Amino acid sequence: MKTNSNDGDQTRPGGISRREFLIRAGATTALIAGASAAAYKLWQPKHFVPGFGVQTGLQLPSYATAVSKVLPSLAIAHGSDHEKVIRAVIGALGGMGRFIQHGDVVVLKPNVAFDRPPALAATTHPETLAAVAKLVLEAGASKVYVADNPINSPTGCFLKSGLRQVAIDLNLDLMYPEASSFSPLQMDGEILKHWTFFHEPFKKATKVIGVAPCKDHNLCHASMTMKNWYGLLGGRRNQFHQHIHSIVSDFALMMKPTLVVLDGMNVLMKNGPTGGRLSDVKPMGTVVAGTDMVAVDSYGYTHLMERDLDELTYIQKAHDRGLGNKNWKDSLYKEVQA
Amino acid sequence: MKIRNTRRVAQVFFFALFLFFVVVTDLRYLKGYPVSLFLELDPLVATATAITTHTVYMGLITAVLLIIPTLLFGRIFCNWICPYGILHHFIGWLMGKRRAEERERIESNRYRKLYSLKYVILIAMVVAAICGSLQIGWLDPICLFHRSMTVAILPMINLIFPSSIYVKQYFHAGAWVIGFLLFFLVGMNVLIPRFFCRVLCPLGAFLGTLSTFALWRIDRDPNKCVDCDLCLKNCEGAADPQTQLRKSECFVCFNCVEDCPEDAISFKFLPQMRREISAPMIPARRALLGSLIGVGFFAFGRSTGAADRNYNKKAIRPPGSVEEKDFLDRCIKCDQCIRACPTNVLQPALLETGLEGIWTPILNMKLGACELNCTLCGQVCPTGAIQRITIEEKTGTGKFADQGPIKLGTAFYDYGRCLPWAMETPCVVCEEVCPVSPKAIYSREVTITKRDGTPITLRRPYVDPALCIGCGICEHECPVTDEAAIRVTAVGETRSPDRRLLMDGGVTSAVRDLEKRQR
Repeated sequence: MKTNSNDGDQTRPGGISRREFLIRAGATTALIAGASAAAYKLWQPKHFVPGFGVQTGLQLPSYATAVSKVLPSLAIAHGSDHEKVIRAVIGALGGMGRFIQHGDVVVLKPNVAFDRPPALAATTHPETLAAVAKLVLEAGASKVYVADNPINSPTGCFLKSGLRQVAIDLNLDLMYPEASSFSPLQMDGEILKHWTFFHEPFKKATKVIGVAPCKDHNLCHASMTMKNWYGLLGGRRNQFHQHIHSIVSDFALMMKPTLVVLDGMNVLMKNGPTGGRLSDVKPMGTVVAGTDMVAVDSYGYTHLMERDLDELTYIQKAHDRGLGNKNWKDSLYKEVQA
Repeated sequence: MKIRNTRRVAQVFFFALFLFFVVVTDLRYLKGYPVSLFLELDPLVATATAITTHTVYMGLITAVLLIIPTLLFGRIFCNWICPYGILHHFIGWLMGKRRAEERERIESNRYRKLYSLKYVILIAMVVAAICGSLQIGWLDPICLFHRSMTVAILPMINLIFPSSIYVKQYFHAGAWVIGFLLFFLVGMNVLIPRFFCRVLCPLGAFLGTLSTFALWRIDRDPNKCVDCDLCLKNCEGAADPQTQLRKSECFVCFNCVEDCPEDAISFKFLPQMRREISAPMIPARRALLGSLIGVGFFAFGRSTGAADRNYNKKAIRPPGSVEEKDFLDRCIKCDQCIRACPTNVLQPALLETGLEGIWTPILNMKLGACELNCTLCGQVCPTGAIQRITIEEKTGTGKFADQGPIKLGTAFYDYGRCLPWAMETPCVVCEEVCPVSPKAIYSREVTITKRDGTPITLRRPYVDPALCIGCGICEHECPVTDEAAIRVTAVGETRSPDRRLLMDGGVTSAVRDLEKRQR
């Protein structure tokens, strides 16, 4: 080709060979066509209003196991040693084998909202999480994730609550709420319709267990197993407080867990949900577990927080919406001593 | 191994060590590593803080380990240890005149009068320090490099590779200024090799002054020398090894020793004085000019009153910070505290704390809040601008119960923006997140008639100034995110008697009162 064009230059001064003409004119034509096609492809001919597009998001499956007519759906255990009480309460429900099968991928959702040492009872106690995790592993779970999106800095919360150490000791997968861990969730709640959700741990999960502390809350009176799911949401959560009871009852619609565990060994009775002094904490030596979080929370509010259930609007709402039964005594329950 | 290769090994090692310390200054990885080692080795930090405070704070004594070899061998720090110098050396090799003609390379490494500018800068900084304003951090290479990594480079890496450095992306006020400054200084290597080290570096100037007394130096044997100038080809410091060596400029990189084809150059013990220029060349009037700049910087900065009555409400200092004027005596703007902060609340100040306080740490509650059980900023502060307080000291518990907690400021409501106060909407997120017990934010239930005539029961929040520690989590979590309905301002901070709010400091008595009332 080079010789050709050289020849062309020599024989026809200022002229070019046909071959060179075709190549050069072809390249320019292709660029013109490409630029026009790309512009047309990217062209948005209509105006649009920002923020009002159609919203879609993922649907969360139910992680609940089949309802049993023989085994209790709620169990209460009393004692002084975390692990013994947890073993007793799960035993009363029929053992972890009822909930977790060999090869299950399990998400444990503690409440690590604040940067607090365990003794202040503002977060799930590490021994409680460890006991539940051990039972889950003994039941044959292939992988256990621990995940929460705290209010304070995630690294600080997991470190100081002692839960990071539990994850290290038992070889659990601790998941920090990284920006890429969230995807929008779509649901038909009273208020919650479309919200950014901590999806990463749930991508492979087959079972979900909520492990919540039992504590006072300044606005919604108490934070227990239902309120615990708050920590799976991202985004502008500080708007939830404008409809707090509707939102908390929406959590019961959003998440159908395999099991919830309410840690009432030490209960944060006042100055919640943060606490801060040992005098805010009352030892109650009780753990409640069950498949119906409304029932579990009803027991927690009346027997652990020792308050009147009628004032707890979100329980009433969840009950009325058919998301659970606030009359825990109606369900099949078992109370044991560890 | 040839000495040049030994040096390269040392450079890789120290640069990697610096990067390691920068990366592990994170709550997840901290295990008592001496992350401030390079800052503590830096004799300019130790000396300048000794001038302002008349003491050498804790680990800064390590600087002696660097002063001694400098007095013996000259500026070995600059080309063997200094991570910023190593960066410039590397970039100069990568982008500079490596492929240029031999003559051009030789010419680019001749000494220029411009290189005495760094001594003027050093004089200005020392004089400002004598007046009581510590400004070495602007250009001290270790402070500058730490700051650039924290504020510009690590966030940049995390933006490109999400979650590689932080769990959540960090933001820093004025990051672009610090980032572009780094790029400019590094990019200047294309025009002048080792531009920063030769022209601007006040630490280099300090070490250059110390090297006046060095016992060993590069020496040229004039009987062997054929005046080929090849020793200049790779001269890092532009120290004129081809004639009388400028001791204060020599980085002791040993390139000339290995480049000399006649073996005329060697590293010698006590060579003849007449074959060297021992002291830095700085004309007296330039020195005077430098002093005037230093005095002026102090005087013009201080006379704005930013460290005094005219303090900015946003000048909220980290927990354990010393009183503002002492703070300006100590803070070297290295921004290690900002790197260590687990919530991103610490920010390099722009002009909030005045001219003198540029790039010193302040809290920006929009980006984070001071975590109650955290004192990391003080643990990594090499100069004691933020003291190494314990959690008990910070929260006023245990044996510190009588003196009460350390307050950073006080939260104030802007009721016109507050949802329950102005907009008939329930909220009190602020009360929920308030971390002290009893809560400094409390609420009162009221039933009001809404615009449409229906009644609504709301909780309306208040601040108890005696209990508020100014951590700012209320402001951070407030749903009115552009300008929160509750905002912390600096008044009421414990570190300064001039900025107190309550007569008795109030804290402990308020707690006792509340306990009595059994709320």
